[in-house]
Amino acid sequence: MTRRKTPEYGFETRMVHAGAQPEPVTGARQTPIFQNTSYVFHDADDAASLFNLQSFGFIYSRLTNPTVAVLEERLASLEGGRGTTCTASGHSAQLLVFFALMEPGDRFVASNRLYGGSVTQFGKTFRKFDWQCDFADFEDPEAIRTAIGPKTKAIFCEALANPGGVVTDLEAVAQIAREAGLPLIVDNTMATPFLCRPIEWGADVVLHSTTKFLSGNGTSMGGAMVDSGLFDWSAVQDRFPGLAAPEPAYHGLNFHESFGDMALTMHGHAIGLRDLGPTMAPMNAFQTLLGIESLAMRMRRHCENAQIVADFLDGHERVAWVRYAGLRDNPYHALATKYLENGFGSVFTFGVKGGYEAGLKVVEGCTLFSHLANIGDARSLILHPASTTHRQLTPEQRDVAGAGDDVIRLSIGVETPEDLIRDLDHALSS
Amino acid sequence: MPEIYADSDILRILRSVKTIALVGASAKWQRPSYFAMKYLQTKGYRVLPINPGLAGQEILGETVYASLADTPGPFEMVDVFRNSAAAMGVTEDAIALASEKGIRVIWMQLGVENPEAAALARAAGLEVIMDRCPKIEFGRLNAELSWGGFDSGVITARRRRV
Repeated sequence: MTRRKTPEYGFETRMVHAGAQPEPVTGARQTPIFQNTSYVFHDADDAASLFNLQSFGFIYSRLTNPTVAVLEERLASLEGGRGTTCTASGHSAQLLVFFALMEPGDRFVASNRLYGGSVTQFGKTFRKFDWQCDFADFEDPEAIRTAIGPKTKAIFCEALANPGGVVTDLEAVAQIAREAGLPLIVDNTMATPFLCRPIEWGADVVLHSTTKFLSGNGTSMGGAMVDSGLFDWSAVQDRFPGLAAPEPAYHGLNFHESFGDMALTMHGHAIGLRDLGPTMAPMNAFQTLLGIESLAMRMRRHCENAQIVADFLDGHERVAWVRYAGLRDNPYHALATKYLENGFGSVFTFGVKGGYEAGLKVVEGCTLFSHLANIGDARSLILHPASTTHRQLTPEQRDVAGAGDDVIRLSIGVETPEDLIRDLDHALSS
Repeated sequence: MPEIYADSDILRILRSVKTIALVGASAKWQRPSYFAMKYLQTKGYRVLPINPGLAGQEILGETVYASLADTPGPFEMVDVFRNSAAAMGVTEDAIALASEKGIRVIWMQLGVENPEAAALARAAGLEVIMDRCPKIEFGRLNAELSWGGFDSGVITARRRRV
């Protein structure tokens, strides 16, 4: 399914060039770090035009910054979106999109297989805004349809879910969203646009924690909201007043009317970042841009290594099970083959015979795998979700999310695969 | 299918045009036509607003005219901020006035498409752009749209002259 015209340049070219022309004043080829808060106006009229959003330009780096803007354009290009709003973290990207779509008392439907941090943000913290999340089994289309009510404003899932290795049937979920007149929001952190581009499968908004594979080296926090520009916010009157009704925080401006397919990205900067404030730092944008320059090469290596390690674990006598979509007998293998190009991702889980205690011993027995709570680093990472990232969840929620007591999560890095195998084998055997 | 235009053609038009007659001008600052007019003025274009309901009044320092015929030439481009059906009438007027007013380009705004009107104008020797906004295109091709985090589609290793 093609929802936009084919880009003129290939993925790897855009990965290096999109958004980053030579800096015109100095000729600097690499993107400069504009470590700067505020921008001089030409005159009072110029300032007025900028504040009224009538001209393009910079006012204050809480809203927009030239270095961050390069990253925003690059992500829009790689995902096939219209525009991007970068944020301080993936969590604040989630805050920003729902802030644009939701009013107090509104609801959204989310998959019950999500990163534990998202489950807590949606299920607990968002309640303080009187936003309610209805979790549903996204492998059952009827369960999604049943969860949609008159106050529902969006549908949310991860393309490739963390940590269970669950692949969402994006086309089927997008169809349900379309029938209900709701935007589909997809967290694409685990797959990255090199493996999956959800907009091509019907997603309206794509979110990222750029902290993970996009930056790629564990240096910089960041998030992104990529808007496809394809959702009609005005189709149903009063459904999305934040985007398609006079905005009191902007002298009655109607974002959709004034900015058309750029409405959500404009809102993300001019309202979301301006009034909530979770801005990405220019240095973090720069580090993330450096990371993206090698995204395709790294992701290929991540995926190759993950397949090698998963195959090894699958045949190990101390391992009870391995959940990796790249294994042929994995229940998500068919969906993964459909939705993922270039590999099956590098984050997966396995269970050790002996349960909780044996699992903890493996985590503590590794010397090359880093025991920490992150994914998508160039280094290989190991974690016991039940005692860390998914600790705030109930045992039932943990089981559904694929983070039960015996589960160990790996994020396979780009090291020499034989070394990774030796480290795991040693930890399993000791 | 929407028409596809080469960036070089759009740049050529935007560089050669000096005066734009904007049909469907608004005096309300929140309206897209007001946004576009103000932006194009700051980029050095003279924009002549046309709206029969506001004829004789002023928008952004320019007198509003009732019709293309009433608007003093020369203006090389007609920017159509009306619905797709109304674009036919505007195009017919523009063709009739083309040599008198120096009109070379009919530009229909984002969301405005009238292939019959376009064919008529092209047969009369005019250039036609549909379903685009000159403000957005100017910003896109001069790396200003990028400042807002939008995909310009522009990939280049050439250094832009400032």
